[in-house]
Amino acid sequence: MPKLLFSTGVEFRDSQREQQQFKVRLTILSAFVVLMFALLLARFVFLQVLQRDHYHTLAEANRISVVPATPGRGVVTDRNGLELAYNYTGHTLEITPSKAGDVDTTIDSLGEIVEISPRDRRRFRQLLEESKSFESLPIRTRLSDEEIARFAARRYRFPGVEIKARLFRYYPQGEMFSHVIGYIGRINQKELDRLDEDGELANYRGTDYIGKIGIEQSYERVLHGTTGVEQVEIDSAGRAVRLLSRTPPTSGANLVLKLDAGLQALAYKAFGDRRGALVALDPQTGGVLAFVSRPGFDPNLFVDGIDPQSWNELRNSPDRPMLNRALAGTYPPGSTFKPFMALAALTTGKRTPQQTINDPGYFQFGNHRFRDDAEFGHGAVDMYKSIVVSCDTYYYMLANDLGIDAIAKFMSRLGFGSRTGIDLVGEAAGILPSQEWKMQRFKQKWFAGETVSIGIGQGYNSYTPLQLASAIATVANDGVMFRPHVVDYIEDLRTKVRTPVEPKPLRNLGLNPDHIDTIKKALVGVNKEGTGSSVFAGAEYTSGGKTGTAQVIAIKQGDKYVEGRVQERFRDHALFIAYAPAEKPTIALALVVENAGFGARAAAPIARQVIDYYLLGKGGDGTAELKRVESTP
Amino acid sequence: MIAYYVRRFARLFTAHIDGPLLGSVLLLMAVGLVVLYSASNAGWTRVSGQMVNMLVALVVMWIVANVPPHFLMRLALPVFVIGLVLLVGVALKGEVINGARRWLNVGVTRIQPSELMKIAAPLMLAWYFHRYEGTLRAGNFVLGALLLLGPVGLIARQPDLGTAVLILASGSYVLFLAGLSWKILAGLGVAALAGAPIVWSMMHGYQRQRILTLIDPMEDPLGTGYHTIQSTIAVGSGGVTGKGWMSGTQTHLDFIPERTTDFIFAVYSEEFGLLGNMLLMGLFLLVIVRGLVIASSAPTLFTRLLAGAITLTFFTYAFVNMGMVSGILPVVGVPLPMISYGGTSMVSICLGLGILMSIHTHRKLLHT
Repeated sequence: MPKLLFSTGVEFRDSQREQQQFKVRLTILSAFVVLMFALLLARFVFLQVLQRDHYHTLAEANRISVVPATPGRGVVTDRNGLELAYNYTGHTLEITPSKAGDVDTTIDSLGEIVEISPRDRRRFRQLLEESKSFESLPIRTRLSDEEIARFAARRYRFPGVEIKARLFRYYPQGEMFSHVIGYIGRINQKELDRLDEDGELANYRGTDYIGKIGIEQSYERVLHGTTGVEQVEIDSAGRAVRLLSRTPPTSGANLVLKLDAGLQALAYKAFGDRRGALVALDPQTGGVLAFVSRPGFDPNLFVDGIDPQSWNELRNSPDRPMLNRALAGTYPPGSTFKPFMALAALTTGKRTPQQTINDPGYFQFGNHRFRDDAEFGHGAVDMYKSIVVSCDTYYYMLANDLGIDAIAKFMSRLGFGSRTGIDLVGEAAGILPSQEWKMQRFKQKWFAGETVSIGIGQGYNSYTPLQLASAIATVANDGVMFRPHVVDYIEDLRTKVRTPVEPKPLRNLGLNPDHIDTIKKALVGVNKEGTGSSVFAGAEYTSGGKTGTAQVIAIKQGDKYVEGRVQERFRDHALFIAYAPAEKPTIALALVVENAGFGARAAAPIARQVIDYYLLGKGGDGTAELKRVESTP
Repeated sequence: MIAYYVRRFARLFTAHIDGPLLGSVLLLMAVGLVVLYSASNAGWTRVSGQMVNMLVALVVMWIVANVPPHFLMRLALPVFVIGLVLLVGVALKGEVINGARRWLNVGVTRIQPSELMKIAAPLMLAWYFHRYEGTLRAGNFVLGALLLLGPVGLIARQPDLGTAVLILASGSYVLFLAGLSWKILAGLGVAALAGAPIVWSMMHGYQRQRILTLIDPMEDPLGTGYHTIQSTIAVGSGGVTGKGWMSGTQTHLDFIPERTTDFIFAVYSEEFGLLGNMLLMGLFLLVIVRGLVIASSAPTLFTRLLAGAITLTFFTYAFVNMGMVSGILPVVGVPLPMISYGGTSMVSICLGLGILMSIHTHRKLLHT
């Protein structure tokens, strides 16, 4: 069977060939496998050996986030350790608008879980306009534990909404201290720019708030502290997983004020419903004992961002609660200017204490008659009597004799017309009139007749209560002047080192002690037998004082000022300056009660209360309102 | 007496198991469980689930190993036809999940017919070429190519590019091993180059994006490039020795997407480094080499082709997955064999390996 053999032979060979071919192809594919695995291996070597450092860096950058550790803000206390501004930890509900989708819908549904008041909404709207959409903005502050729990259970429904633990600033004493302590608020663009200029921007990474006014503003640098750095491991969603390393923040220093909270509270209450300001200084150091501007406002409104309605109420109130009257309000000093005029007369030699004038009830200058309070005059008046009875004629004449520039020269040494340099921002300089000033201000020459009313603290004269207080404190301290300061010392939280704020005198006016003695005797006379005597009757200490009444509107020639006829807003301001005890003064003060009329009646009683409390501890019931920290909000 | 039966039973039980293959598979499974434990953040649910998957897969492997190849040969055509019908069914009324129409609801459960095709296609082609053994002409190859392109096209349309590529690869291995002439191969190469723009125009937007992303992942770092960038960072930052088991930062901080399934290799590579990669490639090579040995010693054309195709498909799985994770291949949904979490691929791979065992252990019987 050759054919069969042949044919099977062919088939066999075919099969053989096929198998051979299969093996060749299989070998080719094996080579392909080896080649591809070699390629893969090369890729691994490239990634894991040659580029390892690069990818290691990328992986680290992926997982590590540098987070600022915000320092705690320094606490502000009064001289007795009573907290005036401090921090507490609270929980806020915050929305990041860029992540939250429709903000209104989000707030509506949040409102079903936690209480969101219309004020919260308005405040949030305001914040939204002022901020960038990727910032986390609080919609609710001070969440209760129950609210936190309720939200936490439903948080999946709210992308871009988070609960955050934050340190909150709280001003337990509210409006009584609002102007001097001030408040903090969210940092605005202008403040950011300034921080950038000062190279402080890095230190404010993670800080949302900055001091806006008062001590909070002027001691911002000290209170803020130094921001630390935390390296945090984060996951792909950006959530912090654990802390890797930490450079702790340095808390801001604490401020201990010279201010006596009890005194401040008492003085604030003493004003009743009246507008006005009071500054009480320690004449021996320049320390501020009380710094009142009434009406005040609730500084706590500003901490979370004030809502537009409350803001408008504050801004549009005719009482101007946002004006710091003690610092930036300027008033004609009225008769409180007289003792300084007398001192100027003695120093320049224009008058001796014994020199008397005859007061007919007016001073005739050209065809203008400057009237005295007493219609028929005080008769023969020497320097002592001029102050005790507050004789206008004496000072019309004196001013006329001295001339405006001599007055300006002397008064500027006492600090009138220039900023005292107190550690608060926004101080007004006031107006100390002079020929030069008028030329600059009105491009007009000074008229000699204008000098006359300057003598009784009217005319262009306009000073802050702070300047008045500083001037009387300087006289009380025998001509040694201090820069007023609210803060007594700065206390480093860690080292407990206390750095006092300026205990050194600013300048010694070099006044003749006899001259000062003369003035002081007259000021004591005021409270003993003069315009202040009824108010200070029966005081257990001797004090010096001077009443003042400042015209708000000019009274027409020949007209007489009758209080009842004048609208409340145009009534005279009542002023009073004082110091005590007369032998070695430890408190000097100036105060103004707006539109309250005669100084002796409206202003002097407040001074009496303040001094009684400060020296004798009397009438401390005003301090009952002071809140200790135990009573957290 | 009892010992005798025990021994006899043991011999029967293990008669069709290939020791080297089973050994490498078990090693791979062990590695897989270790990585999966880390990838699922020390969670036992996935690990225990995967153990069940492995058990089922091993049982399937044992059963298939005991099925003689000639029986498989008889199954080739019907299985292929059923597969094709199901694929058409999917195309007509399949369920859309995650934007792809891959599933078919058959009343009791949902099935993914493309998985069946992974075995059915090479089985069919091997059977077809075996049938015309000795008389193979160009026409047979054309028909073979058509048989392959039908299901591949249907699967690519679902769209499931990963599976389509794998089935195309496994079928192509059969065609190549069956002796497709070099001239036609060269012609196909030219045609592929010429046809690339047409394929490109037929691709889905996301598929194109994946290829573009491969060229420059940073073009879309948070979108399609994200997977590649993060997995490449994971691999690269692993270095030579790796960050250590359970210590991969990319893994445990959730930067690696799909880290228990398609991207599990990134987890492994980050934690075990280049040395670990070499070990894993070594284990894969063990399976591949054993498979190639089985293929080359297989008695019939059918078994040779089938064994060759299964082995090379296994290789393709591993290569495509590791290539994609390390950023040299586009992102296609291909699991890492024996390591990625998931029952379907585990079972279908073990089924293939069971066929290899069957081919090897039944070869003497066929010789007669």
